[in-house]
Parts: sequence; structure tokens; C-alpha cells
Amino acid sequence: MKLKALALATGAAALAVSVAGTALAKVEGDTIILGSSISLTGKYATNGLHTQRGYDYAVKVINEAGGVKVGGKSYKLAVKYYDDESTPARGAQLAERLIQQDGVEYMLGPYSSGMTKAIAPVSEKFGVPMVEAEGASRSLFTQGYKYLFAVLSTSEQYLSTAIDLAAAERKKNFKSPSEVRVAMAFEGDPFSMDVRAGVVDKINEYGMKIIIDDQLPADLSDMSTTLTKVKALRPDILVISGHSKGAATAARQIDEMKVNVPMIALTHCEAAKVQEKFPNASTGFLCPTQWVETLSKSDAMFGSAAEWNEGFKADNPSYTSVPYQSAQASAAVYVFKEAFEAANSFDKDALRDAIAAVEMETFYGDIKFSEAGNNIAKPMFMRQIGADGSYSLVETFADMSYPRNVTY
Amino acid sequence: MIKKNTLITYAGLGLFGVFGPMIFPDYTLSMAYLWMMVLMASTWDTLGGQMGYNSLGNITFFGVGMYVSAIVQIAFFYDGGVGEYTSAMGAVKPEFTDSEYFYGLFFGIIAAALAALVLSLVLSTFMFGLRGPYFAIGSLGIAVMVAELTITIDYVGGASGISMPLFPGDIEFRSTFFYILCFILTIMAHFLLRWMYSTQFGLAINAIRDDEDKAEAMGIPTLVYKRIGWGVAAVFMGAIGAVAGNMAGFIDKEVAYPIPTFGIFMVAMVLLGGKGTLWGPVLGAIIFHVVKEATWTYLLNLQWIALGLILIVNIVYFQQGLMGWLQTKYPEKFGIVVDDGNSSDKAEA
Amino acid sequence: MLDNLQLLFVWAPILNVQVILEGIFVGAVFALSAYGLALVWGVMNIKNLAQGDFVIMGGYMALALSQANVPLPLILLIVVATMFVYGWVIYIGMIRRIIDQDMFVSLLATFGLSLLMQQVMNLIFGPEVKIIDLHMVNWDFFGNMVTVPSSKVLSLFLAAAIAFSVVLFMKKSRTGQAIRATAQDPRAARVLGINTDRIYAITFAFNSALCGAAGVLVAIIWVIQPFYGVTYSVRSFAIVTAAGLGNLPGVIGAAFGIGLVEKYTGMIIGTAYEVAAPVSMLVLVLIWRQYSMRRNRQVLR
Repeated sequence: MKLKALALATGAAALAVSVAGTALAKVEGDTIILGSSISLTGKYATNGLHTQRGYDYAVKVINEAGGVKVGGKSYKLAVKYYDDESTPARGAQLAERLIQQDGVEYMLGPYSSGMTKAIAPVSEKFGVPMVEAEGASRSLFTQGYKYLFAVLSTSEQYLSTAIDLAAAERKKNFKSPSEVRVAMAFEGDPFSMDVRAGVVDKINEYGMKIIIDDQLPADLSDMSTTLTKVKALRPDILVISGHSKGAATAARQIDEMKVNVPMIALTHCEAAKVQEKFPNASTGFLCPTQWVETLSKSDAMFGSAAEWNEGFKADNPSYTSVPYQSAQASAAVYVFKEAFEAANSFDKDALRDAIAAVEMETFYGDIKFSEAGNNIAKPMFMRQIGADGSYSLVETFADMSYPRNVTY
Repeated sequence: MIKKNTLITYAGLGLFGVFGPMIFPDYTLSMAYLWMMVLMASTWDTLGGQMGYNSLGNITFFGVGMYVSAIVQIAFFYDGGVGEYTSAMGAVKPEFTDSEYFYGLFFGIIAAALAALVLSLVLSTFMFGLRGPYFAIGSLGIAVMVAELTITIDYVGGASGISMPLFPGDIEFRSTFFYILCFILTIMAHFLLRWMYSTQFGLAINAIRDDEDKAEAMGIPTLVYKRIGWGVAAVFMGAIGAVAGNMAGFIDKEVAYPIPTFGIFMVAMVLLGGKGTLWGPVLGAIIFHVVKEATWTYLLNLQWIALGLILIVNIVYFQQGLMGWLQTKYPEKFGIVVDDGNSSDKAEA
Repeated sequence: MLDNLQLLFVWAPILNVQVILEGIFVGAVFALSAYGLALVWGVMNIKNLAQGDFVIMGGYMALALSQANVPLPLILLIVVATMFVYGWVIYIGMIRRIIDQDMFVSLLATFGLSLLMQQVMNLIFGPEVKIIDLHMVNWDFFGNMVTVPSSKVLSLFLAAAIAFSVVLFMKKSRTGQAIRATAQDPRAARVLGINTDRIYAITFAFNSALCGAAGVLVAIIWVIQPFYGVTYSVRSFAIVTAAGLGNLPGVIGAAFGIGLVEKYTGMIIGTAYEVAAPVSMLVLVLIWRQYSMRRNRQVLR
């Protein structure tokens, strides 16, 4: 039995020693450490990587431009990452580790609303300001969090513009928007459900009819059932949201099943690169985006949207078109820089107030936070894929090509 | 009849358990998860190691407990559906008073344990006609099925999940509070199992493992014992699920039913430490947890590879687990008597 | 739900054709992987939890080859051959030592292997979903009510061809007979001079090759991603459990059956239940078989 006691005691000691790690302070030497629990593996890994690269690019540009000036001294930025495996419980645990064991006092957000929902309570409890760029759920901002800030537009706006466009089409023909028949397919995860809620709200506003309302399992990559119904019931607009995987599957199966609906709107087109992989089928797709590289906004650090785009691509040559997830990630880091300099201090409460007061134009768009922490200065943009695979901005119904008529 | 060595072990663990969070306050939550793993491994072993029924679906009770507790905690004090508490858009945020939170939590845990128990009894009616691999795959199927069906229920937020009520009190209190809950549940489970193994129950389930047909033939009511075994496991899994839900702060399918991770980890831990022993699962859980935390910190991109390799090496080359190995090497210390004579028996085999 | 039923059977019964076709396409690919699993399980009593990951690995190999513009038949050959060797290596390194062990050991060891393979593939190929686009034509019938991508038809034919050659191999060739003999009674086989160790290696390698072929098909008609292996593993287990071991027609029938159940459930009850459907079917089959055996006072071993 002594052996057992010894083994157990050794285990306990090993636990303490091996996991001790280096206790990082919020500022080490001349480096400010930002913490981030991000999805490097698991189902969000694709976009987790886009996000991480966005963070890294911004850190690089800011450091090269002289870093962050606080108290007359220049500091570099660095990010400490942990892989949350796309698991909320793990994310919360890692957030606590970042804050408690690693001493981090400034957080960059994770990828996806689900992860942010799990981590936000942690940073809130510790009073650690978190600027997040990838959690768009409206419900994050009704919880009364004081330390959570998001640079992106909230999720219910993603596809509601598509419904507006469908209504505009009816009105143009002097018909009632309530005639529109909507087919929807959403993946069963918190983000897509939020997008759906926004769509449903708009539908109710116009009095439209929902003829298909499918929830797609998260582990499945097959929409054939939904598309079969679409072909039979002939809706006026088809709305889909299911992260990159959903977009890729949808594009492929719309191609295979030769689906023709006058208006098709789906999220994550760019991230899934549908215009490259299915150039014919993706013609006419309406894709919401948080950001366009032709945006006419600019800032002193990254230049214009196009310049940020070029710089990012130069650093990450595998990208032919850069997803907005990376752009907003860079914007989040930029917010921290501005806030640090405005607060001129490392105190997290002073920083929090500085972030709340931020009002800036960036390559990503305007940023101004509401009381609840979400960005109210930047709208969601809708783009349409043309026959040549290019994205063109759609601001009103007149800008889009309607109806979508593709010969397969 | 507690031996001196065992007392020392308990004292050591007890001291670690009680003073751990005070000495290493930054690791409180990590240690809470450690006890959770110990509990999962120990309860799994009741059915798996001691009884020979390898279940891959014990995690079902974990998830069901989590959801039931959420329902109780929220629905008690808030009139809308539980799902409204978090789902898309306008998520409501009712204010819970301190006492409402703790009452809710208390009843939530109890409700979770009861719900899990009921579920295990229902499943017992048809699961125990399956043996060996069929029981394993069947229980895995149940876990996947329950997970998929849960997210179609709008009342519990469907696929949007549930945001748990915020813990009143500051963060250190929160970590310590949940740590204590996990620790107490684990202690309860351990001592209950220890007592059960020393009674008729222990003998019966070992008989079932060794040869079920003979056990039945001898008149042992195997179904009763199987039900008891799985029921006990379910109760504790449900309770710890409720606690885990509150620790995570946000519940959805992945949090409640982590089938490919925790569902399999509990088996791996038991195998590492030694199946069918009281301390095997405990040891296995501790080592596994430590190794996992260490690889996560130091081998960031390679942690899963490291884990996979460790699993393979352990299983292929070191199957009897740590306890098994120790028992073979030092049988006297464990009270096992090895019959050294009669080498002529070997020749006859 | 009522609407969907009406849609299927009253308003547009032609849709049944599409649903059935989809179910068959789904089933065909799973049949291959399930058969491999049944083989390994029946002969060596190894429950390979990494089955799906072998499939995905085959898919990635095919992807890499197709990006190098290798023609499809050659891709299939190369993948099958490489996976065969890979299976052999895994057998020697790992499986050999756990053959006679507790059932659970094989499950866990292959789980560790599955973790390993997933992560390595993730590191090499990245976590984005990938496809092989053969740019093949899509046919439509009945006024575009039913569409059939020729790539799926091709995959069905390939799956059938592979299955057919597997059956031939098992029935006619010496090795095939040796494998079946070992499955029936390893000791007797050894006594008769069969090198069971070699047979086990061949069987496992064979399974690996079969999964590789299935992976090529998956990459063509669906998507591959490092972490999708689990889905295929669970489905294969469901099929094998429902059909019983050593029962090739049963496996194929069960595979198609599960594919159809999945699609019809999605169509009638809702797509949200499409993953729960085959798993629930598995549970129901287990319950039913166990119940019918209980009447004879037997149990499902």
C-alpha cells in the first residue's frame, strides 16, 4: 500500500510541477500579452485558423509600426494561444487558465458564438476586457456584460438583408411582400440558429410564408433531402446558413441537383470558396459579408481595405481571397492598441473604459460600441457572385441580378 | 477492517483534496476536473471492470443530468421556457437572487441524479440482453441518439444551447465552490462503491464478469445486480453532469454529450490504471488528467497526437494497467496469495 | 411532418425516386467500409474504431493524387495499394499484439490510432473540407425532378465492382479460403498449416485497402475533412451490428437499408433527425434481436 500512497503522492506533485508552466504576467518586459483561446482543432478549426492569422498579422503590423505607446514607452504586442478544440467547456477552462495561471488581463475572443458564450462569463467575472471578432450572436449582448466588446455586426443581420431584397422585388412589381415563399435550411448550432432568428423576424415583419424550415445536423454534409423539397415546392427564395461546410455542401449539391430558385442567399461563401469550386452553380448567390476588400474605409495603421488585403495575402500566400474572419480579427487587435494608448495605462478597468469610448474608422469599417458592447457603426454587406466568379456589392435591389437563372 | 496502508493513502489524498485548492489556488478548476475524471472512471469501472459490461454510453447520463439540472434551475424561478433563457436574439436575462441560485442548484443536482437513475432503469430493460461488443456499441448508439434528439427539443433551446445562470459571488469563491462539489461527490461515490464491493454485491458482479451463465445457474439474480450497478453509476454521472454544466456556464450538445472525448476517456483512464480494482480507476484518472494537462500546455499542436500515442502504447504494451502491473509484481502488498507450489499443474495444461 | 408525407406520396410521388437514389448512393459507400469492418471483426475479433479514419485517409490520398492530375483508375489502384501496405504496417506495429485480447482493448487501441490519424491528417492537410471535383455531368429526369450526378452513379458502379471482386476473391482464391478458414476456427486452421499470423495481416491490410477505396469514392461524391471519420466509423458499426458478422449480403442490405432510412427520415420527419435515424435504427435492431432471442432464453453475444 505504501507503493500506492507513493504513486499517488508523486502524481499529485507531478500535477503541480508539470503544469506550473511559466506564469506570464500581463506585461512581460516590453511585451503586452494578449490571451486567446481559439479553435485550432475540431469543427471550428477552419475559421479558427483564419482568425488566428488575422490576429497574428495585426500584431506583426502594429509591432513593426512601433508597437503600442503607454506611459511614453513603446511596447510590443504578443498573443498567447490555447487550443479550445471547438469545445465550449474547454474554452471556458482555458480562459480561466489564461487569466489565473498565466496572468493575462486582456483577451482576444474565440471563434464562434458558442465558444464566446462559454468564455464571456469567465472574462466578465474576472473583469478582464475581451475584444472579440467572431462571436456574432445577439444573445451575447443582452446579458449585461460590461467587459465584452465585439467589432463585428451581430448575427441576426446576416441574412435579413436577403429577405429585404426579396420584399423589394415584390414591391417593385407592385405586389405585396407577403406573397414571398421562403425556404430555409440552417445548421443546428448556436450561430446558425441566431441567423435564422433574424431571418424569421424579418419574415414575420413582412408577413411572408415559410414553406421549408429545415435544421441540418452538424455532423452531416448532405442537404439532398432539403433540396429535393425545394425542387418540388419551388420557393421564391432559399436561405442557407451552416458555416463553411454548409456553404460548400450547398453549392455542390445545388450544382448536382440542378436547383433553380430565383434568389439564393447563404453565409460563409468566401470562407468555403464556392466561387472557385463551383463557378457555375454559385452564380447569383447572395453572400453576406462583414467586410469587403473594396470598402472605402481606411486607417493609419493598415491603410485602406485593399491595402490590408494585399498585406495579408503577402504574408499568407495560400489565400486567393481573404475571408472577413481574418479582417475582423485584425480589427480587434487594432482596437486594443488604440485603447491602450487612449487609456495610457495597463489597468484593465481603465482599459475597459477606453475601449467603450473607442470611436474609430478602420480598414474594416467604423467601430463604435453600444452600451451592450456590440459594434453599432458598421453594417453588414450583401454581395452577389457574378457569372465570372467575382463578388459585386449589392446595396439595393437594383444592384442585383434577378432572377437567378443558371443552366447546368 | 481498514488496513494501515489504506489509511495512509486516504490521508494523503484527503489532505491533497482539502488543501490542494488552498496551496495551488490557480489550479482549483483543473483539480475540480480531476475529481470529476476520478468519479467518471470509478463509476465506469463498476460496470466495466467489475462486471464485465463495457459501456461506451455512460456519458448519456452526464448529459441528461446536465440538461435536467438546467431545466430545474431555470424553470423554477422563471416562467418562460428554459430555451428562452438563451436562444437566438433577445435572450432573456432574469435576475436570480443568491438563494434562488443555490436552491436551484441543489434541487437541480438531485433532479439530475434522479432523472439519470430513471433513464438507467429504462435502458436496463433492454440493454442487458446484449453482451460484449453489442452492449458497448448499443450503449454508444444510445448516447449518440440521445444527443441528437436533445437538440431537436425547442424547450431546452434546441441547437442554440442554454446559458446557465451566473454564479453569485466572486470568481475564487466560484471555483472553490465547484471544486468542493466535485470533491464531495467523488468521495461519496468512492466510499459507496468501496462498501458495495465488499458486500454480496461485489461478489455477485465479479461472478457475472467471470462467467455469467454459471452465475445465473447458481441462482444469482443477475438482472437485479446489473440494474443496481448501472443505477449507481447513472446517479453519480447525472449529478456530476449537473455540476459540470454550471461550471461550463453554457450548455449545448457538445458540452453535454462529449462522446468522442470524455465518453472514451473514462474507459482509457480505467484501462491505464487497471480494470476491476477499486484504486485502478482512481490512479488511472489522476495520471491521465495530469498527462493531458501537461501535453496541452507544452505540446500545443501535438497534444492529440501525444494522447493517441500514449493510449496506443498503454493498451498494446501495457494492458493490465498500473494496478495490474503492481499487483503482479508485489502481490503480497495487495493481500493476494500466490500459490507457488504444484508446478506439475502446468504440465497437465 | 404531415406536409412532408403528403409531398412525398400525394403531390409529387416522383420524389420518392430521388430519395431512394440518394439512399442507395449513401448506402453503397458505407457498405464497403462496413464489409471491411465485418471482415476484421469476424476474422480477428478486432473492432476497428479507426475505420472511418482509414476511409478519410484514402480520400486525402486520392485528393493529393487528383491534384497531380492522375487519372481516376490509376488513383484507385495507387490508393488501394498504398492503403494495403499501410494496413500491413499497422498490423505489425500494433494489432498483432492485441489480437487475442479483451474486446475492449481493440476498441481502445484503435481509438488511439484514430486520434493519431485524425491529427496527422489535420496537420498535413488542414481542417478545411475538401472535395475532388471530377466535373462530371449531372443528369436529370422527369423534368428536373430527379437529378442524378453521374459521379454518384460511377461511385455506385465502382463500389459494386469492388464488392464483387472481393466476394470472388474470398470464394475462389486460396488466400480467401484461408481467411474464411481462420475466421471459422483459427486453431484448426493453424493445424492445417495456415500461417494465421500472415492471414491476419492480409485481412487487416485488406480492410485498409477497402476503406481506402471507399475513401476515394467519398472524396468524389461528398466532402472529406480530418474529423469526419467518426461518422463513418459509427455508421459502419451500426451496419455490421444490424447485419451480423460474416454475412455479406446482409451487410449490403443493411447498408442500403440504413441509407434509405436516413433519407426518408430526413424527408418525412425532418433533416434534424438525419443523424439520429441510423443510430436509432441500430438500437431498435439490437432491441428486436435481443427480444427474439430472449424467447429462447438466449442473449446477444
